[in-house]
Amino acid sequence: MTTLSTLTPSGRALSGPRKPHVQKRDWTGWKFIAPFMVVFTLVLIAPVLYSIYLSFFKEQLVGGNSFVGFANYGQALTDPKFWESMGRVTLFFVVQVPIMLGIALFAALAIDSARLHLSSFFRIAIFLPYAVPAVVATLMWGFMYGTKFGLVGNLNDFFHLAIPDPLGSSWVLASIGNIVTWEFIGYNMILFYAALRVIPTDLYEAASLDGAGAFRIIRSIKMPALRPAIVIGGIFSVIGSFQLFNEPSILQSLAPNTISTYFSPNMYAYNLSFAGQQYNYSATIAIIVGLITAVIAYIVQNSGSRKEV
Amino acid sequence: MKSPHSTRKALRRTAVVVATGLALSMSLAACSGSGTGSTAASTASAADITAALNEKSTITVWAWAPAVADIATAFEKEHPNVTVKVVNAGTGNDQYIKLQNAIKAGSGAPDIAQIEYYALPQFALSKSLADLSAYGFDSFASEYTDSTWGSVKLGDGIYALPQDSGPMAMFYNKAVFDQYGLTVPTTWDEYIATAKKLHAANPKAYITNDTGDAGFTTSMIWQAGGKPFTTTDSTKVSINLQDEGSKKFADTWNTLLSNDLLAATPSWSDEWYKGLGDGTIATLNIGAWMPGNLETGVKEASGNWRVAPMPTYKAGDTASAENGGGGDAILEQSTNKLVAAGFLQYMNEGAGTQISIDAGGFPSTVADLNSDKFLNATSDYFGGQKINEVLVQSAKDVVPGWSYLPFQVYSNSIFKDTVGQAYAAKSDINAGLTAWQKATADYGNQQGFTVTSK
Repeated sequence: MTTLSTLTPSGRALSGPRKPHVQKRDWTGWKFIAPFMVVFTLVLIAPVLYSIYLSFFKEQLVGGNSFVGFANYGQALTDPKFWESMGRVTLFFVVQVPIMLGIALFAALAIDSARLHLSSFFRIAIFLPYAVPAVVATLMWGFMYGTKFGLVGNLNDFFHLAIPDPLGSSWVLASIGNIVTWEFIGYNMILFYAALRVIPTDLYEAASLDGAGAFRIIRSIKMPALRPAIVIGGIFSVIGSFQLFNEPSILQSLAPNTISTYFSPNMYAYNLSFAGQQYNYSATIAIIVGLITAVIAYIVQNSGSRKEV
Repeated sequence: MKSPHSTRKALRRTAVVVATGLALSMSLAACSGSGTGSTAASTASAADITAALNEKSTITVWAWAPAVADIATAFEKEHPNVTVKVVNAGTGNDQYIKLQNAIKAGSGAPDIAQIEYYALPQFALSKSLADLSAYGFDSFASEYTDSTWGSVKLGDGIYALPQDSGPMAMFYNKAVFDQYGLTVPTTWDEYIATAKKLHAANPKAYITNDTGDAGFTTSMIWQAGGKPFTTTDSTKVSINLQDEGSKKFADTWNTLLSNDLLAATPSWSDEWYKGLGDGTIATLNIGAWMPGNLETGVKEASGNWRVAPMPTYKAGDTASAENGGGGDAILEQSTNKLVAAGFLQYMNEGAGTQISIDAGGFPSTVADLNSDKFLNATSDYFGGQKINEVLVQSAKDVVPGWSYLPFQVYSNSIFKDTVGQAYAAKSDINAGLTAWQKATADYGNQQGFTVTSK
């Protein structure tokens, strides 16, 4: 089956045969990327280095600042609150991301199928939630989740149902997953839809001449073409899941007892830093979360790309 | 806590102070010019302050109390050389975060900051605030209520001048009480009985709401006579959230919690305001700054609410506690402490107190609390009741001897992880308090305090 060279990640296209020629010291290239490197260093490298620097110290309200080596890392790796929050976002990632990407994929294929009337309306309608700021979206859903005066409360009253409290401790993660799914289906759908649009239409013609039906075309043409986009969507979702913050942080005021200060790793780092002035430990947590996220994102990318070969 | 701010004192006395200051400053005019930019170590007299106020200077004040901007304007009129920049750097914890950051950075802190009583020890004991005794402010002790003065006097130092206060009272919806034939409870046992009767008559109605709030819980323990937090030598902390008072509160509240008699509505949420308006939340045990919030936030229940003393554990007792409220402190970082002291005195001891009261704040100054005008004020919202009589009595009944932790801000932030879990599971609050104590003690030890957990 054809694989589309235009869609392969650029990294692999570049690995051509090496030219055996002596490098002349030429800084012209560097001059061109210098503006980027300056900004990159200032806004990305410097804060990371500073966080690493912070993570080797410990500042106390009593006793001041002292160098503690890897003690913060040791503490973090054995901190049950930290691992509880990591476990929670991992569960979130494992359940929510496949659902979200699956629905987005379905929507993208449906809009691309050319059998849908008003497809541009659906495209905009599904994308629209992404344009709603996460804070507003969470507040909106938070009000709907209310069991006293919210939509859930109204449904319970009107139909004499007993919908469990969406903000109770057993359902709150699912409720947050629902909000995040609602917010990001449109974004992922556009990602997939864009990948589908660049497939040359003559491929479809050739396939139908060969007697392929719609599902055969999806399986053999569209899905292989979508793979890089799915990998990208997957990586963004890994990062999004492990960086979960806005939604639980805002819902906390509505459900203070079900969302703890260490609900997600980011919330834990935030509360350590801003409520507890434990900047050093907070930086340590941030670095560990960053490393874990990078490793998982790398695994997702690798496993996604490998099948392509 | 959303308490608006305030305070005030007789204008006459202020006039005397100002006049004395002016007279002194004139007699010292020959040797003036050395007063500004003083350091905390030196002691300064009222004359030094007055001299400083006559020189061109600018100070910055961080405060969220709405009255502060008006007070600054009035102050600038009296002292045209001084510019007071009032910045709203966030309410409560939001501001403390910024303040703590500025203190840590060594620059960028304001000259004066509004700090609630519960957060004051954290800033005072870390030597971030100037000791106001250096300006002779320790002589103001008798002008403030014992409980507010006790909150700003930490060890031997005075670290803030009280602005507003929040002696607790029971606000109740009389319309609901009349509808279901309830009598106003005077003891907590009666309160529980009333709660049961109300909830049985209307399953949607609750005696009060509580989802676990650190400020409320500590105030309730205070009222019950508990003294769970003690600090000696500024770094030796002892915590006992299972002392007699703490247990007394927890056991009473357990009855309400386990019998499903508390509305699980977080305070200050939309649902809460609705509940206060439609009668499904029948009472609130809360600070004296609440009337203004009811008047503006719960307009539909106008005329229904009344104020009564808080129920007590023993019939015939009187006991109250402070809930919220705070003062204003001078930062150690300030390079203009004399001017800051001058403004602080004007704001919380001088003419500023009346401006604060007019803006809806509940004062902490004895003269204001006992003035006829204040005591006899009636409110249509409260059906013409002289609510200040009840609230001022409550200020007098505050149980003495309470203190907060030197890291109460963080401790309160993890309240929901511990005691909040007991609320969520409707299980034993005592167990939640024990868990809170442990987490708090761990934090204190990590921060270099010597914490004894009893």
